[in-house]
Amino acid sequence: MNTTTPLIEARGINKHFGAVTALEDVNLSLMPGEVLGVVGDNGAGKSTLMKILAGLYPPSRGQLIVQGQPVHFSSPKDARDRGIEMVYQDLALAGNLRIDENIFLGREHTRRLLGVVPIVHHQANMKQAQEHLERLRIQVKSVGQRVEELSGGQRQAVAIARATAFDAKVIIMDEPTAALAIKEVRKVLDLIKDLRTHGIGVILISHRLDDIFYVCDRVMALFHGRNFAEAPLGRTDRNEVIGWIMGNRSQTASAQELDLN
Amino acid sequence: MAEQITELSETKRAESLRVRLIPYIDRYGVLLLVLVMGITSYILEPEVFLTWRNVSNIFRQIAFNAVLALGEFVVIVTAGIDLSVGSTLALAMMATAVLSKAGYSVPILLIVPFIVGATVGIINGLGLTKLRLPHPFIMTLGMLNIARGATNLISGGVPISGLPDPVRWMGASDIKLGEGIEIPASLLVVAISYIIVGLFLHYARTGRHIYAIGGNPQAARVSGINVDRTLILVYGLCGTLAGLSGLLLAGRTNSGFPNAGLGQELDAISAVIIGGASFFGGRGSVLGVFAGALVIGLLRNILNLQNVPVFWQQVLIGVVIISVVYLDVLRRRAGSSNS
Repeated sequence: MNTTTPLIEARGINKHFGAVTALEDVNLSLMPGEVLGVVGDNGAGKSTLMKILAGLYPPSRGQLIVQGQPVHFSSPKDARDRGIEMVYQDLALAGNLRIDENIFLGREHTRRLLGVVPIVHHQANMKQAQEHLERLRIQVKSVGQRVEELSGGQRQAVAIARATAFDAKVIIMDEPTAALAIKEVRKVLDLIKDLRTHGIGVILISHRLDDIFYVCDRVMALFHGRNFAEAPLGRTDRNEVIGWIMGNRSQTASAQELDLN
Repeated sequence: MAEQITELSETKRAESLRVRLIPYIDRYGVLLLVLVMGITSYILEPEVFLTWRNVSNIFRQIAFNAVLALGEFVVIVTAGIDLSVGSTLALAMMATAVLSKAGYSVPILLIVPFIVGATVGIINGLGLTKLRLPHPFIMTLGMLNIARGATNLISGGVPISGLPDPVRWMGASDIKLGEGIEIPASLLVVAISYIIVGLFLHYARTGRHIYAIGGNPQAARVSGINVDRTLILVYGLCGTLAGLSGLLLAGRTNSGFPNAGLGQELDAISAVIIGGASFFGGRGSVLGVFAGALVIGLLRNILNLQNVPVFWQQVLIGVVIISVVYLDVLRRRAGSSNS
């Protein structure tokens, strides 16, 4: 893998919902092993942009480029096939199904009954889910538990396990720590650091600046559906980022932005 | 102080026992109900109830509702509802009778109810996914009327009786297992359809996706499951089983009549709910649904044997539905307060 080619790049993304413009000419790029924090006020367009990257919405205008190749996603399946996974804010888990079934939902291992009929290989799914959870150092009583029986942190872990189960290159996380207890927050953030060491790119949306400053390499701010500012973490600070979220750009920040371009 | 602690831990143990019992009640509660009803029936009518004749009669009577409920169950697992199954049954039955009268051959007559049922079901599925109607209730309520109207249109609103024997076989004949031991062919049809649908739901990828859609449609969608296509398949399957149900009823009554299955969708839904499926989707098993159909059948049987008027039967079935679901609510409340 070329480390100078971005894993994913969005160029000039526009998105309209009827008469409402959610995104206008937004750019984003993510390098291998990079953790990019995306901040912005409610309605700034963060979630919409992520859903476009994950294939849930088509952009109204603009281009997505995955590892140098222009792509067009018509469903989340297309994005997943390209190694782009998303952990949704509401987790998008089916509470009535087992942990392993959620991890492998839509990508179940099958075996052939009598050599013809494909059937779900429940044992293989459970075994591999178990191994995968152990790799991520996530503890659950049993992968046979239904997701509705789990705590908030465990559910979050299952959602992340699903995103990482199949060789993902980019993992997008929308507010992964919003619903967690403090102890669990640290676990999730350490997990993100772990992913980075494997060359996976992570895009993290968070309202918690603690999270952003603990784990990110770079932070970008959206404001009213537009790129507002961005900087490597070492060249900005909390107050400045808070300013970006509110729509205030300090002199230094604009200078940095010019610098980047 | 020490005593207090033991006391506390004991209540805790009792509670955890209750919690541990919950999954079993969840799974086997309705079978318990069947057992209780069987024993009650036996005590009330020791001479008649357990005779082979009466038992096979019960199964013969519940067969078409059991098949109808099976299709309805798959729909309800997706958190949907199909109100049109009673009318679909009638249309399939009537189409068979009309074509039989017109002199079509037996193989065609045996295929027609399935084609009619599948077509109606697929139209339901297309309607609710492609037209984006707000709830399956709307599409299938419309179809309830359309299919019933079509049934009257193709028959002129009059019954047609007399069907060829091979067409009647599934609904009417008995399979001799030994001296004086015969099982209705319809019971065999019920058993085979339940086993196939049960295995499909548990082992096919699509089967698991059906449960996922019922649990969280958004989760299914972002996991790359084609939700619309799966729903069309589900309503198609439901319609196909309604067609089979129509064939069974046609066989049993040796006719097609335009009012067949009037209101039957409600009995099918009742069986599904009594059987422990959740109206909100994602929950339930085929075994439960069969038990649900059996509960309704047993209730009707014992009330008939006791000469209870049919209107009272209806009242009692209503009471059973409400009681069973209320017990479920209590169970869930007990479960959540302890977890």
